[in-house]
Amino acid sequence: MQVPAHVEYERAVSVEHALSLLGRPETRVLAGGHSLIPMMKLRLAQPELLVDINGLAELAFIALDGGQLRIGALARHADLLDSAVAGRCFPIFHDAERVVADPIVRLWGTIGGSLCQADPSEDLSAAFAAARATAVIRTPDGERTVPVRDFHLGPYETVIGRGELLAEIRIPVKPGTGSAYQKVSRRVGDWSVAAAAAVLRLGPDQQSITEAGIGLTAVGAEHFVAVEAEDYLRGRAADEESFGAAAKIAAKHCHPAADQRGPEDFKRHLVAELTARALRRAAERATAASGEDTA
Amino acid sequence: MTIRVAMAVNGTEYARDVEPRLLLIHFLRDELGLTGSHWGCDTSNCGSCVIWLDGKPVKSCTLLAAMADGHAVRTVEGLERDGELDPVQQGFIECHGLQCGFCTPGMMMTARWLLDHHPDPDEAQIREAISGQICRCTGYENIVRSIRWAAEHPAEHPA
Repeated sequence: MQVPAHVEYERAVSVEHALSLLGRPETRVLAGGHSLIPMMKLRLAQPELLVDINGLAELAFIALDGGQLRIGALARHADLLDSAVAGRCFPIFHDAERVVADPIVRLWGTIGGSLCQADPSEDLSAAFAAARATAVIRTPDGERTVPVRDFHLGPYETVIGRGELLAEIRIPVKPGTGSAYQKVSRRVGDWSVAAAAAVLRLGPDQQSITEAGIGLTAVGAEHFVAVEAEDYLRGRAADEESFGAAAKIAAKHCHPAADQRGPEDFKRHLVAELTARALRRAAERATAASGEDTA
Repeated sequence: MTIRVAMAVNGTEYARDVEPRLLLIHFLRDELGLTGSHWGCDTSNCGSCVIWLDGKPVKSCTLLAAMADGHAVRTVEGLERDGELDPVQQGFIECHGLQCGFCTPGMMMTARWLLDHHPDPDEAQIREAISGQICRCTGYENIVRSIRWAAEHPAEHPA
């Protein structure tokens, strides 16, 4: 029987209330709880105080606003999967959400929780990193913003400090952009063996790549991104040759660890294949989106 | 230290003083004696503990009872109405949807939710809906058939 250690519990009634409660050491935010509670049951996490933010409806939104997709930290995975506006701007999030955990867990697990859990195999961290999202963090003095690419300090560690709360994720929406997520896992609900996220912006000719974002998860990519592969793609033609070369670069520069999900060479092979597939799909979608924009 | 936790379970109000660390599945089974919901893998993988919280299925081994304070819970005991089995329960009888029966309460709670949102699901939708749940007897074929049976025999006066 798995039982968490003794813990105190407070229910936040406002963001300000949550921030004041979170000022205490050894305090954790309780949102969906679908990562934190299992870790508490295994005593891998042993907070002294839980601050339940599930009542903070003002953090549970998904909206297109001023050229940005804004996702509240308390939006659930199922909300993102069901969001037509999110799917239209960033099909990558629907790709990823279809393979996050399982349908029941997706009803409760939150977007902010996934990011803050900072699991090195987490799906959305790679997708947000590829899309160059920004995290909006509420602080006792107001708020600060941090690029998602700087958000994770390492496994299970983020830049969120004591007395702070992740409030929102913002992603710039730009015309001519396509995105996709490709994951291999052993079964439903399991973590990735490897996964690749791609966000591509094509020039007006729809041939050349003007902006490239490539995210990787579960393979030891620093900050969940393949920077060298992104640099290679910028300015090149959006074709099979470029995608294949970028995929090889991504596979070379990550640091997968051999574990029960497979040996290192297999994971590098997956990175190359999944990166190429994600880039191909992202380019197709960018072309299709441009067609819709001009139609 | 204990805190007061109150919730409506299947329409009945309950209140107990419990430790904040108490999981909802244990609150239901040990504090309220509602042993229909099963405590299985303890790791949010198997889904035998699925109940509804405010109308949405959740794995109750992964929620604290405190999180359900002030909310509405529905368990497998709340499926039947006035002695009438829910079509999902009848479907599991008609199609031999259970063998050992351990996963059954969670499967039925998810099935009811699926049918409330998609009254006529195809096999792929049913399999997707229960993909976060495990039948260790591996009786998935009959579970899918049972849910299809329920879809084809809706209640005349649904709850």
